[in-house]
Amino acid sequence: MNRGVLWLLALLAAAVMPLLLSSYHVDLATRILIFAVLAMSIDVLAGFVGRTSLCHGAIFGVATYVVIWVMAKAGLPAVPAFLSGVVAATLVAALFGLLAVRTSGVYFLLLTVALGMVVWGICLRWTGVTGGENGLRGQDMRPALLLARENFYWLVLAVAALAAWAMQRFVNSPFGLSLRGIRDSESRMRALGYNVPLHLFIGFAVSGFFAGVAGALYAFFNEYVSPSSVAMGQSVAGLLMAIVGGIGTLFGSFIGAAAIILLENTVSWYTDRWQAVLGLVFILTMIFAPEGILGTVRRLAAPKGRAR
Amino acid sequence: MNSFQLLNGLTFAALLFVVASGFTLVFGLLRIVNLSHGALYLLGGYIGYSTATMTGSFGLGMLAAMLGVAAVGLVLDQGLLRFVRGQELRQVLLSLGVALVLNDVALVIWGGDSFTVPTPELLFGAVPVLDTFYPKYRLFVLGMGVLVFVLLWLLLNHTRLGALIRAGVDDPEMVEASGVNIRRVFVLTFLLGCALAGLGGVMGGAFLALYPSADAEILVFSLAVVVIGGRGSLVGAAIGAVMVGLLNTMGQVWFPELAYFVIFGPMAALLAFRPLGLLGRAV
Repeated sequence: MNRGVLWLLALLAAAVMPLLLSSYHVDLATRILIFAVLAMSIDVLAGFVGRTSLCHGAIFGVATYVVIWVMAKAGLPAVPAFLSGVVAATLVAALFGLLAVRTSGVYFLLLTVALGMVVWGICLRWTGVTGGENGLRGQDMRPALLLARENFYWLVLAVAALAAWAMQRFVNSPFGLSLRGIRDSESRMRALGYNVPLHLFIGFAVSGFFAGVAGALYAFFNEYVSPSSVAMGQSVAGLLMAIVGGIGTLFGSFIGAAAIILLENTVSWYTDRWQAVLGLVFILTMIFAPEGILGTVRRLAAPKGRAR
Repeated sequence: MNSFQLLNGLTFAALLFVVASGFTLVFGLLRIVNLSHGALYLLGGYIGYSTATMTGSFGLGMLAAMLGVAAVGLVLDQGLLRFVRGQELRQVLLSLGVALVLNDVALVIWGGDSFTVPTPELLFGAVPVLDTFYPKYRLFVLGMGVLVFVLLWLLLNHTRLGALIRAGVDDPEMVEASGVNIRRVFVLTFLLGCALAGLGGVMGGAFLALYPSADAEILVFSLAVVVIGGRGSLVGAAIGAVMVGLLNTMGQVWFPELAYFVIFGPMAALLAFRPLGLLGRAV
């Protein structure tokens, strides 16, 4: 079957979902969509540039903080707040990108951990602006049209679909192909005359832009933000969703986000030990299924002899 | 900055060195970035706290923490990391999962309260140093940092095991080809690294307190130390620890709200010019 038709059907199914689900589950589905965008933004870097980031949770959180701050403290309406959140996240990503492009592999990961922690530390300590540990609370942030959770869900779905489409276009564009070239052989791309650091920088900023979109949506969804929204746990969760879905599959992020969030939701009914369960999922995925769900499915479905 | 603050910076640097030296040894030789190092630090602190409270002996607390954390490290290495050997990224992410699990387990056992490891009576009070009075315990930490540095330096430069570790950092295949069981050297180094994290936990637990997010904080400081100093370099870790310790103190004195920035700004700048750290070497 045609790929596009398949995705259209999936989109349609997702669109009628709130008519069938309870309001609780609509919220859950909204959350899944938001985090899928975050996971995709991580996958853009991890799957197509070969750079595994552990600071995207922080970039996401910067957008959330800025949106809520702009609305609650500066009193601006929703749309400018949303835009300023995305812009702020993109700027932070660009700044991180400037530093991170000089590294690769494990060093890249370490540097992003450190950068993410800087954001966390600032959010925690800069109490005058961020509210410190208490965080920031927004009130009635959504415009009247989006107050109903179904309407908000549809907005998030539309944004997520748009973001997914844009990211797909991005990684398959000539620019995206040169990023993949860098992933496979940095020295060769340099020898061919590509400006590798500039490519990496732009890739990082674009990826941060989408993480910012997710974070800004999350601000309207949650209407509250605290340092835990920018903590490493957030980056870890996003990365795990991307990995469980399948690194380099992009749309696998939807599956990964659904799997992790539904698991969290189920586990929370029985125990408070979600962190431990998350850790176990991480360990088991790394040992048994590093390709993730969609990656494994694709490998099994691929014709014999030309796996991958 | 007065001499009291200077000493604060140096004692913090000593603690960081103990923790980061374990991290950098494992990173340098086994190529494992052990993101559970912070969780091991915290676990060591908790074990030390429980032992020291029960037995009333700080020394026993340190010993129990080192042994306990080394035992956890053995399980971690033999039970989990062996499945992903040689794959850097999978190892890192696996150790991240381990950190989450260890942390949560520690939360179940010790709860969310903050603890301070009881220090021995001998180290109560303060003594005059330079132009100020300084707590004895913190001077002890400073001494421990220097002691660990000297011992590790002797181990690496004047023992057979140390020679094997240094050779392994440069070329593990060649060491193996010359008839050495490099895997055993790897395991020993990993355990040593874990034990140092545990030791750091007790030392730090007595003046920084132990609480559920302490692991992430110390991990990030260790990362900064290792990134600045360069992978696998003991002297680099020492230089990095002193830099980070002093910068952190300066940051807290001058820009308390942005203290993190003061450390990571210079670190990022350094990375931009020497991606492998001050004393790191390309492999």
